[in-house]
Amino acid sequence: MNKKTFPKGVHPPDKKELSKEFKIEVFPAGKTVVIPLHQHTGAPAEPLVKKKDRVLKGQKIGEAKGFISANIHSPVSGTVKSIEPHVTPLGKNVLSVIIENDGEDELFPEIKPLKNDPHSYSPEEVRNAVREAGIVGLGGAAFPTSVKLSPPKEYPVDTVILNGAECEPYLTTDYRLMLERVDEIIEGAEILKETVGASKIYLGVEDNKPDVIELYEQKLNGRADFEVAPLKTKYPQGGEKMLIKAILGREVPTGGLPFHVGVLVQNVGTTYAVYETLKTGMPLIERVLTITGEGVKEPKNLQVRIGTMFKDIIEFAGGYVGKPGKLIMGGPMMGISQWTDIVPVLKATSGILVLPEEELPKKKEYNCIGCNSCTEHCPMNLVPTRIVTLAKNERFEDAKDWGLMDCIECGTCSYVCPANIPLVHWIRFGKSGYIKLKKKSEK
Amino acid sequence: MKKQYASEFVLSSSPHIRNKESVPKIMYWVVGTLMLPVAASIYFFRMNAIRILLISIIFSLLTEFVFLLARKKDTSAVFDGSALITGILLALTLPPGLKSSYVAIGAFVAIALGKQVFGGLGYNIFNPALVGRAFLQAAFPVAMTTWVPPVVQKVVDAKTFATPLGGFKFSHVLAPYKDLLIGNTGGSLGETSAILIIIGGLVLLFKKYIDWRIPVGILTSVFVFEGALWLANSEKFANPLYFLFAGGLLLGAFFMATDMVTSPLTPKGSWIYAIGIGFLVVLIRVFGGLPEGVMYSILIMNSFVPLLNRYTRPKILGEGGKK
Repeated sequence: MNKKTFPKGVHPPDKKELSKEFKIEVFPAGKTVVIPLHQHTGAPAEPLVKKKDRVLKGQKIGEAKGFISANIHSPVSGTVKSIEPHVTPLGKNVLSVIIENDGEDELFPEIKPLKNDPHSYSPEEVRNAVREAGIVGLGGAAFPTSVKLSPPKEYPVDTVILNGAECEPYLTTDYRLMLERVDEIIEGAEILKETVGASKIYLGVEDNKPDVIELYEQKLNGRADFEVAPLKTKYPQGGEKMLIKAILGREVPTGGLPFHVGVLVQNVGTTYAVYETLKTGMPLIERVLTITGEGVKEPKNLQVRIGTMFKDIIEFAGGYVGKPGKLIMGGPMMGISQWTDIVPVLKATSGILVLPEEELPKKKEYNCIGCNSCTEHCPMNLVPTRIVTLAKNERFEDAKDWGLMDCIECGTCSYVCPANIPLVHWIRFGKSGYIKLKKKSEK
Repeated sequence: MKKQYASEFVLSSSPHIRNKESVPKIMYWVVGTLMLPVAASIYFFRMNAIRILLISIIFSLLTEFVFLLARKKDTSAVFDGSALITGILLALTLPPGLKSSYVAIGAFVAIALGKQVFGGLGYNIFNPALVGRAFLQAAFPVAMTTWVPPVVQKVVDAKTFATPLGGFKFSHVLAPYKDLLIGNTGGSLGETSAILIIIGGLVLLFKKYIDWRIPVGILTSVFVFEGALWLANSEKFANPLYFLFAGGLLLGAFFMATDMVTSPLTPKGSWIYAIGIGFLVVLIRVFGGLPEGVMYSILIMNSFVPLLNRYTRPKILGEGGKK
């Protein structure tokens, strides 16, 4: 097998064995769901309902504001208990619609597909349906998918890359989806290809999922326009820029996006969501996620409604084992650590990870000794320690010259640092410092 | 809504996992590999080696401790391994017959002026052990160039005994390659056994604890520059292989120039640094007044490191691409 990869990167223990064998289970919606109106990149949605309103499953309850934004829908039928700020896994209090689930799952009557055959949608109809359904990137970035499907005319897209790398340790969401939703993903990819006018599709999968690679190679049966691209298992293989570099050898220009090199990258989960919306007319109200880590009793892959509380899911997975050390939304490399489990699942919640106290790193922090590990592993070919030194000294302009704003925050540098310097943390500090500086100088 | 908190979690920004490398682990691997040249020094120079090693290590650690205390820093850093390395390295670069008091002064200067005055581990510009040695060379030039033959060698006149490089420079006498490889020659304590230094260096290369570009760059450039001279006049100039195995070049290339703190951060910077060291070594050995020039070459190139870092930024992925 011709396995592709990108330069540098790192090999953390993948820990997928904890949950990979478990089929996707449907998790029953909880008594109360909390639907934040801002869970995507871009502007928050505006509430369309008010307290005590009865809402139905699939009903739009939040309206996208502006081009880069996303609609929000009710995942259950029930009554709006209140509309108030609620803490989300992203760390901020966000205006949320809190719905008391009546358990009826009564469907919103307008929910039906525009056309019977998902393949008969025009590109414009696909974009509208995706926008209406509030679909965002489910891999973690939560960027509105309809925007991604509308690249500027002067940049023709020739290739669609399905991101099935799932390079974050522990997570098996995309793995299970790829195994259990084969036809939907293949058809969804074809629709995406037609929508952006591309001629070729690659499914990028790391070679720690040989069963997926084999399954799709069989299904695609040597098709010239749709190929599996087996990738070496290496973090962060699933980063857009790394994926494009590995599969096509193209480099997304500094400050640019994949369409600048004629590529559309979509996560397999998003592809599946697009297909489902076109097929059934149902907006994005549920997703698949992995609940895993040494800190939960029974790791699982679950199909859950958006707005389900982390706490309910953790209880469903048998609860905590011992004293939980860290609760993380996402994977261990880029996930966000939580201070409470009373937070709702967002559209972009690809996993819930519980690390017990003994799994947490206990390395002491030292001064940088210039070992160059960060430089030797940075997938963007940056010199992280240099950027951090400049950022710490608030020399943000100089840090930018060294690639401050090009950092993808994958965490590789902090992972390898023998001095245990929180490099990514300092780079984030540098980025916000630089942005503030720019804003000030514009005034 | 009244919130209840089921549990308390540790909070930090990502990533949430780390690999198993640590500063002390790297330092103690270096210490471990240094045991090879240390063993050679003890075999060839016996009590002198043990005496100098012990004094150098003890005074290095002591100086480190006193300065950490004075600077109100965590004194457990004495055991991070870095001061131990300085102590061992300094000892390995000293002549076997050096007086104990000189060794102690060297160790004090290495840690105090070579490291702590800059702010301690990670902030020094020059290799601390070499700062100590350079001080001794300036303060006690005669003692620092008086050589004792290895215990296993039967030399009648110890007074005129010379190192392989000194022998070549001043009387055109070459030491046998077999002796250079094994270490049965005169010289500083730890520089004589080429083979053990190379083995130790390869272990560090394999563990990726040293930047391969530095030894490769230094040894290649010494070979090339000296080789050019030798090809031009093989009567006057030494065989480039002799230059690789004689003197402190191997110890310097694998264990001193590769010091993480005082070598460049960028790949291109490392190449320039290494080639610069090799060039200066040949320059000093061939055209300078001293037979050996590894120490000064490394110290001079150390001083260029901040500049090299500044002007050798690697190309960022996607840099220069058209939007």
